[in-house]
Amino acid sequence: MTTPIIRFQDVTKRFGALTVLDDFNFDVRQGEKVTLIGPSGSGKSTVLRILMTLEPFQEGNLELAGLSYHEPQGRGEFKASEKHLHRIRSNVGMVFQSFNLFPHMSVLRNIVEAPVAVLKMKRDEAEGRAVELLRMVGLLDKKDHYPSQLSGGQQQRVAIARALAMRPRVLLFDEPTSALDPQLVGEVLGVIRGLAHEHDLTMLLVTHEMRFAREVSDRVCFFDKGRIVEQGEPERFFSNPEQPRTREFLSSVLNG
Amino acid sequence: MTWSQYLVPLLKGAQITVMISLASIVLGAIIAFVAGIARTSANPVISGIAFTYVVLFRGTPLLVQLFWFYYALPLVGVSFDPITTGIMVLSLLTGAFGAEVVRGALLAVPPQQHEAARALNFSKSYTLWHISMPQAIIEMMPAFGNLAVQNLKDTALVSLISIADLTFQAQSLRNITLDSATVYTLTLLGYFIIALCLMVIMRLIEMKLRRGAAFPRSAHS
Ligand SMILES: Nc1ncnc2c1ncn2[C@@H]1O[C@H](COP(=O)(O)OP(=O)(O)OP(=O)(O)O)[C@@H](O)[C@H]1O
Ligand SMILES: [Mg+2]
Repeated sequence: MTTPIIRFQDVTKRFGALTVLDDFNFDVRQGEKVTLIGPSGSGKSTVLRILMTLEPFQEGNLELAGLSYHEPQGRGEFKASEKHLHRIRSNVGMVFQSFNLFPHMSVLRNIVEAPVAVLKMKRDEAEGRAVELLRMVGLLDKKDHYPSQLSGGQQQRVAIARALAMRPRVLLFDEPTSALDPQLVGEVLGVIRGLAHEHDLTMLLVTHEMRFAREVSDRVCFFDKGRIVEQGEPERFFSNPEQPRTREFLSSVLNG
Repeated sequence: MTWSQYLVPLLKGAQITVMISLASIVLGAIIAFVAGIARTSANPVISGIAFTYVVLFRGTPLLVQLFWFYYALPLVGVSFDPITTGIMVLSLLTGAFGAEVVRGALLAVPPQQHEAARALNFSKSYTLWHISMPQAIIEMMPAFGNLAVQNLKDTALVSLISIADLTFQAQSLRNITLDSATVYTLTLLGYFIIALCLMVIMRLIEMKLRRGAAFPRSAHS
């Protein structure tokens, strides 16, 4: 594969007068596992939210799996039709910091709902896949529970299974362990670590877990003020950061 | 006439009151959902129409609304019998207040739920009916319970467009017997019993919804 699965070209994103991304350029290869790190407010979540079509952007071009986010005749704030956005989203999934499971649905239904309603999968087949996914995240015994009956770590594992049930080519993680008690972080990272071995799955991960980033990613990108200040293969990146700003950040998170 | 003889006309009136109240609560609830959802629409024409309706009915006295539909509307050639008029006006009034309840509960669904639904590629209408509404409807029930009782109390005004409801029967009885104390005590008691029944029914519906949803309130607060 020569063309990247994700390509940001001079993307500019503003919230009113605040420019969050300014001529942002960023490519991700298919199957690549990329970690985004950086200080609060630097625009990491914004990058993921734009990819998930949760946020529109103002200028530049963005492509995912060969689909441009703006249609030539596009209208509205997304400059694209709902149908086109639907097509884009069928390639992407997202895992949120706050899990965002549907509280009125059982664990199993949380996972089955979208494949049945959106992919028009047969319910039996969807349930079969959901059971497999729940086994993979180690929560098969909780399939009839409701989200409120689960710990944060368990909810996040269900949320990962729910995203995977849609068979995304790109999976986005926005600080998936930040809302968890420290003793629950490990079980969620364990599941993500397992996914990192999936050859074809492209992963974009925003995290503050530096050790984990070093372990699972092919590339680490350091974000500051809406730009990638430095990026590289994790061994090199963490042992020998080039930019002073990167060093400053790394020492603050590793010692702080 | 003894007080037990009062019961026959009063019960007849109560029957009409219950019928009008139940009909306008059910119709009002349907209107409330339609208008409440329309209020949250991104389309300014749809939300504008819904907003105008809600403001008009919440901002004018019920009695004047009744008179307008009963006496003014026929002047442009549209007329209904008193009972239909009563049910229609009460439904529209309950619907206007209910629309705000529906809208408020829909807006109270955390935005993260919409983002999760979008990330899973659910359509907007699927998200409304399968993600937002099941969470919102439970939050609506206590307010709907209050509206139902308010609706019952409001039905007393339909006696003024010559409907023989409980209040109307009470007035006639008092005019004949001049026994205000007994007649109005019985009437109050009658409304109170109907209100109690309404409260119990609304509570049962709420409990059923809550059990159907089977998720504790704390789940999203
Ligand atoms: N909906 C919004 N409206 C206005 N400003 C916003 C909005 N969302 C984000 N921002 C601003 O955009 C900037 C980038 O936000 P973003 O959430 O992408 O940062 P982040 O790198 O994910 O930070 P954190 O580590 O705190 O999650 C911040 O200054 C933030 O205040
Ligand atoms: Mg963030």
